Amino acid sequence: MEPVKASTPLEHHSKPSMMKETKRKRPLINDRVKAILCLLPSIILITIFVYGFIGWTGYVSFSNWNSLIPDFSFAGLKNYAYLFADFRFQADLRNTVFFTLFFIMAVLVAGLILAILLDQKIRAESLFRNIFFFPMALSFVVTGVVWQWVLNPSTGVNLILKEFGISPMWYTSVTIIPGIEWGKIEFGVPVAMIAVVIAAMWQMTGFSVAMYLAGLRGIPDELREAARIDGASEFKIFTKIIFPLLMPITVSVIIIMAHISLKIFDLIYAMTGPGANFVTDVPGVYMFETTFRGNYYANGAAITMIMLLSVAIFIIPYLISSRKGGS
Amino acid sequence: MSVRIVSRPIIYAILIAFSLFFLMPVYLMFITSIKPLDQITLSQMWELPKAIDFTSYKEAYQKLAPNFLNSIYLVIPATILSALLGSLNGYVLSKWKFRGADWIFTAVLFGMFIPYQSILIPLIQFLREIELYNSIPGLVLVHVVYGIPITTLMFRNFYATVPTEMIESAQMDGAGFFTIFRYIMIPLSIIAFVVVGIWQFTNIWNEFLFAVTITTSEQQPIMVALQNLSGSQIVQWNVQMAGAILAALPTLLVYIFLGKFFVRGLLAGSVKG
Repeated sequence: MEPVKASTPLEHHSKPSMMKETKRKRPLINDRVKAILCLLPSIILITIFVYGFIGWTGYVSFSNWNSLIPDFSFAGLKNYAYLFADFRFQADLRNTVFFTLFFIMAVLVAGLILAILLDQKIRAESLFRNIFFFPMALSFVVTGVVWQWVLNPSTGVNLILKEFGISPMWYTSVTIIPGIEWGKIEFGVPVAMIAVVIAAMWQMTGFSVAMYLAGLRGIPDELREAARIDGASEFKIFTKIIFPLLMPITVSVIIIMAHISLKIFDLIYAMTGPGANFVTDVPGVYMFETTFRGNYYANGAAITMIMLLSVAIFIIPYLISSRKGGS
Repeated sequence: MSVRIVSRPIIYAILIAFSLFFLMPVYLMFITSIKPLDQITLSQMWELPKAIDFTSYKEAYQKLAPNFLNSIYLVIPATILSALLGSLNGYVLSKWKFRGADWIFTAVLFGMFIPYQSILIPLIQFLREIELYNSIPGLVLVHVVYGIPITTLMFRNFYATVPTEMIESAQMDGAGFFTIFRYIMIPLSIIAFVVVGIWQFTNIWNEFLFAVTITTSEQQPIMVALQNLSGSQIVQWNVQMAGAILAALPTLLVYIFLGKFFVRGLLAGSVKG
């Protein structure tokens, strides 16, 4: 955000005298205490509601609380062992891996292409921008409800695609490509997930467009001009100069999208649910159903711990590196 | 001049193709929601309505109106409170840095990225304990608390751009912590309040996980009601589409009129200053 220019009468005062210098010492200490006191409630809230509750959930995940009545007796790794041997959870892990990969790739590629095109000094730029951005203002639930109809195999886009002789099964497909047996599941790309990726991409591409566009606008034209004078081709300018300069943005987009897709729940819950053979199930949906519909609290807690860990692997290095870079 | 890799017609062709992809669901949603009953067959899905009929809106409104109100009661206090809290935190963390402040800030930020499922079980126990479970005030509390990281981040980055000399000279004049906040920082950060306010409004309005786990039937916000509407077999899909439009309308209107600030929030939330 840019600084706001405003001139207050305070700015025009001349240098302080020595007397003022000593006089302000005490209130300053007072103010420092006030500052910390003001921050304190938030620190306490975050400590309890984030770290305390995570610890508590971790504790539940090692307990026997798998019914309505809380039971905090120690179960060791039982719940985790159960999950990793569970058909549904294995399917969830497979689905999450491919959903995350395809979703991030789709958002990055589409975002970069659209941002570059929008940056070509084209007509109606803001109209196009708004068309690409508005889905971000919508809820994943709305997106899910609508795309459920658009990609419904018996209506929706298939009515149009039928003219060309194709009618994909979309999210109802149970095909796994290539479907190698691994553990209890068939491993490979769940075709049904592609439908979910399309809906998620529809909603989130605007984010990467906005990020890349801001990045492109931040690259000074002189850099391009200089390269042009040196005889670099337009393609070379892009691959050797612009793309490397956009790298931090690419990293940010990957991190943000990864954490969205690793914890995704509402879109899938609203659009497809777990699907036949759990082809569109994800840990978020499994956790919700097993905890709040089945009362398997310890199992649900174990699922969330695995989700948290997968997100933390991305987020913690990102936070630490941006802290160092930022200040 | 920017990079010129492809020619103009190709640029427009690609942009228009993507635009059609982005607008297709909106078109479908809109034409379905205004079709008369006899035209709501799946095979006529893409056809324009022969007559305009708002019956589906009436039905969707009847089903969603109480939940729509719940969302209003939720989103207004939650947005205001979390913006105020965020501005105070941002002020302290940018202008009154103490030793370890940056680490605290990073630790607070982590709260923005966690999957909320991982705090949900204790959260619900806690809300039951303080008797705020299944209530809108309970949801307000939840959104204010879990809104702290993002609102603090946005305000901190904003206040970091306010020159420190301004604070110093105010101190010379005897202004204290709260005076500076009230008479310098807040008036300077109207834009930040708009950006943060829009961001929180949109996110809280659209949120689903807390809403569906913390509230039941009558207390449920709009998104849960919309999901129930689309999950039930007896509701026609034109009513679902009308419901989706109604549920999306507030955030969509905010985007249409204040889109610039929405996008600023989007960028501010992801890049740490």
